[in-house]
Amino acid sequence: MALSKEELVEFIYDMVLKAQGKKQLKAMDLQKAVLKAHPDQDKTMVKFAIKELIDTGRCVYTYFGGSFVEIPHEEGAAKH
Amino acid sequence: MSDTPLLDQLESGPWPSFVKDLKRVAARKPAAKDLLKQLDRSYKDKITHWKHGGIVGVLGYGSGIIGRYSDLPDEFPGVEHFHTIRVNQPSGWFYTTQALRDLCDIWDRHGSSILNVHGSTGDMIFLGTTTDELEPTFAELTAKGWDLGGSGSAMRTPSCCVGKARCEYSCYDTMDFCYEMTQEFQFDMHRPSFPYKFKIKCSGCPNDCVAAVARADLSVIGVWKDDIRIDQAAVAAYHAGEIKPRGGGSPYAKLDVKADVTDLCPTACMSFDGKKLAIDNKNCNHCMHCISLMPQALRVGTDTGATLLLGSHAPILEGAQMSWVIVPFTEMEPPYDNIKELIANIHEWWSENGKNRERVGELMLRLGMRNFFKSVGLEPPSQTVRTPRANPFFFWHAEDFEAEAAGRKYIKI
Ligand code: HEM
Ligand code: HEM
Ligand code: SF4
Ligand code: SF4
Repeated sequence: MALSKEELVEFIYDMVLKAQGKKQLKAMDLQKAVLKAHPDQDKTMVKFAIKELIDTGRCVYTYFGGSFVEIPHEEGAAKH
Repeated sequence: MSDTPLLDQLESGPWPSFVKDLKRVAARKPAAKDLLKQLDRSYKDKITHWKHGGIVGVLGYGSGIIGRYSDLPDEFPGVEHFHTIRVNQPSGWFYTTQALRDLCDIWDRHGSSILNVHGSTGDMIFLGTTTDELEPTFAELTAKGWDLGGSGSAMRTPSCCVGKARCEYSCYDTMDFCYEMTQEFQFDMHRPSFPYKFKIKCSGCPNDCVAAVARADLSVIGVWKDDIRIDQAAVAAYHAGEIKPRGGGSPYAKLDVKADVTDLCPTACMSFDGKKLAIDNKNCNHCMHCISLMPQALRVGTDTGATLLLGSHAPILEGAQMSWVIVPFTEMEPPYDNIKELIANIHEWWSENGKNRERVGELMLRLGMRNFFKSVGLEPPSQTVRTPRANPFFFWHAEDFEAEAAGRKYIKI
C-alpha cells in the first residue's frame, strides 16, 4: 500500500540512516527501493519527500564522484 | 627572496600573466596571496595540494557549490577552504554594467574576489571562499535575482550562443529556448538525482559557437530546411575583390570563389563558373562553410528550426564522443512542449537504466539506439544511421511479426 507523505519521508530517512557509513545512496536508489517496497507509490512524491529531508537539513546532498543523499556529517577533506 | 620564485618567472614574458593579476588581488585578499604561494609550492613539489570536498553547499541545494580544501592549511591558511560557486549566467551572457558591479561587490565582500567569466559550464564562476561565507553569498545573490547553477549528478546550467540578439545566422531564438529550459528543469538542476551530469547547449546554427556537439549531452543546433539564399551580385563582388574577405580582416586581398568556397564544399554540391554560383541544396549538409566565407552573398534559408543530437561527453580515460542526431529537424516554437517532453523521457530512460557516473551517451551505446528510440518514444529516422548494419545479427520481436501481418512493409522499432 502506498505510504502517506509523512510515512514516506520517514521511510526514506530510515533507509539513509541505516546505510550511513556503509553504502552511499543516490536519489534514484532511494526511489527504486521505495517502489520495490510500495509498488503503487507515486514517483513524484518520492522526489518531494527527498526535497523535504534536504530542505529541513535532516539529510544533505554529497558529492563523491556522483551525487548522494546522506545524513549530515563532518567533511573529511576539511579536517586538518 | 620572493615567496613565489617559480611563479615570478611567468611574469617575465611579453604575454599577459595571471600571476601579475593575482598579485594585484593579493594586495587586498590574503586568499589570493596564499593561492599563489600554494601554487608555487605545487610547482616545486610537482603535486597538487588541493583536496576535493564533497559536502559543502547551501541549504536545500545539492548543486552549485564545489568544495575545495588545501592539504597544507597550516602553511597556507588563506586557502584552507577555497570553494567555488557557480552562478547561473543570463542567456547569451548579456549583463548590464550595474549587474556586473553588483556581482563583483558581492564577491569582494564574501570571497577571494577572483572570478571566471565564464566557465566552460557557462556559469559565472566565483573562485574561492570559506564554508561560513557560502550562505551569506547565496543570500546576497538571490536578493539581487541571481541563482546558483548546476553541478554534480544534476541538470547543468543550460547555455546558448548569442543567437538572434546579435547573429543573423541564428535559425531559432537560442536565448529564449535556453531560458525556457533553465526554468523547466529547476528541480533537477538544484537537486541532483541523475546517474551523472546532463548538459543542454544551444547553438543558433551549425557554426556551433558554444561547441554543443562536442560538449553537451543534448545539443540543439539551429538549421534550415529550404534553400540557401544567394545574392549573385554580391558573389560577383566577392570574386572581383570589391567585398573583402573577412570584412578586410584577412591577409588575402580577395576571395577566389571557386578555390576557396565551392571547391571546399564537403559534399561537392556547389559550382561557380566565374559568373554564377549554383547550389544543389538537396545535397547540402549545412556545414556553414560557404555562408561563413561570403556572409554578404549567402544567407541561411527561411524555413528554420533545429536538429537535436544526444550523447557527447569527454571522459578522460576512454576518449571523447560527439553527439548523435536523434531528431533531424524540429520546429522551435515556444513553449517548446514537444522538446520538454522528449527531454523528460530521456531523463526517465537514463535514470532507470544508467549506472552511477554513466552519461546518457554511454548508455545509448551500451543498450543500443534501437532500445533508446523505442524507450523514449521517437521514430528512428534514416539520418540517425551512422553505420548501416554494423552487426550481422538481427533480432526479431513478436511485434515485428504482428506489424508485418498487419501489412507494414517496414518494421517499426
Ligand atoms: C600556470 C598555471 C595554470 C595553467 C597552465 C592553467 C591552465 C588552464 C587551462 C589550459 C585551462 C582550460 C582547460 C579547458 O577548458 O580544457 C584552465 C581552465 C581553468 N583554470 Fe587554469 N591554469 C592555471 C592556473 C589556475 C589557477 C591558479 C586557478 C584557480 C585559482 C585556475 C582555475 C581554472 C578554472 C576554474 C578553469 C576552468 C575555466 C573554465 O571553466 O573555462 N587555473 N586552466
Ligand atoms: C587532479 C585534479 C583534478 C582533476 C582531474 C580535475 C578535473 C576536472 C574536470 C574534468 C572538470 C570538468 C567537469 C565538468 O565537465 O563540468 C573540472 C571542473 C572544475 N574543477 Fe577540477 N579537477 C582537478 C582539480 C581541481 C582543483 C584542485 C580545483 C580548485 C582548486 C578544481 C576546480 C575546478 C572547478 C572550479 C571546475 C569547474 C569549472 C567550470 O565550471 O567551468 N579542480 N575539474
Ligand atoms: S552558433 Fe551560429 S547563430 Fe550562434 S552565434 Fe555562432 S554563428 Fe551565430
Ligand atoms: S553549407 Fe556547406 S555543404 Fe552546404 S553548400 Fe555551403 S559549403 Fe556546401
